Amino acid sequence: MTNLWTRCNNCQRILYKQDILDNLAVCPSCAFHFRISAEERLRMLFDDGAYEVLDDNLHAVDALHFVDTKPYVDRIAENEKRTGLAEAIVTARGTIGGVPVYILAMEFGFLGGSVASVVGEKIARACERALEDGLPVIIVSCSGGMRMQEGMLSLMQMAKSSAAIARLGKAKIPFISVLADPTTGGTTASFAMLGDINVAEPQALIGFAGPRVIEQTIKEKLPKGFQRSEFLLSHGMIDDIVERKNLKPYLVKALRLFLNRPQ
Amino acid sequence: MEKAAEFYTLEKGILALKDQIDALAETDDLDKKDRIAALRSEIEKEWARIVPQLTTVNIVQIARHPKRPYTLDYIAFLFQDFMEMHGDRRFADDPAIVAGLAFYKGRTVAVIGHQKGRTTRARIDRNFGQANPEGYRKALRVMLEAEKFGFPVITLIDTPGAYPGIGAEERGQAEAIAFNLKTISILKTPIINVVIGEGGSGGGLGIGFGDQTLMLEHSFYSVISPEGCAAILWKDQNAFEQAAENLGIRAATLLGFGIVDKIIPEPPGGAHIDPEQTFKNVDKHLYQALKKFEGKPVDELLDERYKKIRKLGVFEER
Ligand SMILES: [Zn+2]
Repeated sequence: MTNLWTRCNNCQRILYKQDILDNLAVCPSCAFHFRISAEERLRMLFDDGAYEVLDDNLHAVDALHFVDTKPYVDRIAENEKRTGLAEAIVTARGTIGGVPVYILAMEFGFLGGSVASVVGEKIARACERALEDGLPVIIVSCSGGMRMQEGMLSLMQMAKSSAAIARLGKAKIPFISVLADPTTGGTTASFAMLGDINVAEPQALIGFAGPRVIEQTIKEKLPKGFQRSEFLLSHGMIDDIVERKNLKPYLVKALRLFLNRPQ
Repeated sequence: MEKAAEFYTLEKGILALKDQIDALAETDDLDKKDRIAALRSEIEKEWARIVPQLTTVNIVQIARHPKRPYTLDYIAFLFQDFMEMHGDRRFADDPAIVAGLAFYKGRTVAVIGHQKGRTTRARIDRNFGQANPEGYRKALRVMLEAEKFGFPVITLIDTPGAYPGIGAEERGQAEAIAFNLKTISILKTPIINVVIGEGGSGGGLGIGFGDQTLMLEHSFYSVISPEGCAAILWKDQNAFEQAAENLGIRAATLLGFGIVDKIIPEPPGGAHIDPEQTFKNVDKHLYQALKKFEGKPVDELLDERYKKIRKLGVFEER
């Protein structure tokens, strides 16, 4: 019985779960955009919810033998099992509004959408395929930043993904970055900020440093709405805020414009 | 777990010997040369005893040593006619990053580095080497000047990280770093990086990759500060030691992953015990690296740079 109902973390209303699901995981009361899985995202965007998954044979390796309160290998195994995914990103090819495109969706449920070797490799491979096919790339970010358990191997994925995106740019292939809640740390400080356009879902937390780190550094409370999509828009960091229900038509229009392809 | 010795305790004997050397150098003692040489070999012996017990935390302490040479010290010793260029032409000048042109062995180069302060006042003025977006944008401006005139770029990495502040976020800290990464990857001139102290995460990487990355033996380069990692993963500041060990931040580890191309040896006791020898060691390796990439056709240079960054990462296909 109880799991038919849920509380919205934003407006605190008790809501009927099915109403949220029918509304693309957006709160029917306050319009807060809940996190959705990479697969839900891809189904929502690709025509008929159909797409070809790429490089899902890539798996993380515990190169540093990292053990915090739990071994990294155990964390990977748990996350693989819980999400049914091999890593924190799903890269795919399909069409959106009839336009062939690569869409890469990040999975927050997999270790907080953290970027490590596999995520960087999958982004680079997708970009290289797109370069070969001459097809646009869309990345939907939803990530807490670089994964600590792979140390500097993770950090270098910032440079690797940015380098792959720079190559798309040189070939005049459009790259669109969509930022969902949350997109922080090295993810924002690399591919997520490098779109020909960057667009965000409403009220998403987007920033470089996490709010808690900033509060501890400056020893002040942060202003309301700090590091939210609306704040980024007014500070000139993103091109627009797009509600989930409008995201697909928005992307189709944007792609047509970049590709110089009127109806 | 028993707490390992602090580096400041470990190095006491060496500091005492170093004080004797400095005092002797001031005198007119006739056999001071021999006596200094004898003291130096004592430092060497003492250092050989200490090195095997150095923990990663000790390395972090050496890299953050208040006497460690900073960017401007290297610039003063290695380059001539340094002309500092201020400001990002957008908002401000960031004293946490210095940048400009200088001569290096008879050619113009662009030099860019994080800068920490030596005194309390200077530390605050330099924001402890933590750059704001305008620092990264100033670095970018100088890199683009270098590209325009065909000068090689040399960057010196020494920062706890990019500054986490309200203004930094308002002015796009993330965008500034991201844009630098993208630009560096296709900059049509050689870029050599030297990690001289703290390689602090994205704040280090924002000017910290290129055609060749050299790293001083006792510096570190990390995805996050060990303190930050301890707080997040262990939820315990005291887990600093475990975090430091786990993160794989030492030069030898990074060399093994191909993230660093060459380790520059430090003199016995660390860079701060004999800065001049440190500068000489950096000079030698920097010159070798530069010669390797100078004059290389641009297409080849960029192709190799992409391949170098492209292969970083460890994963399996199954
Ligand atoms: Zn709500």
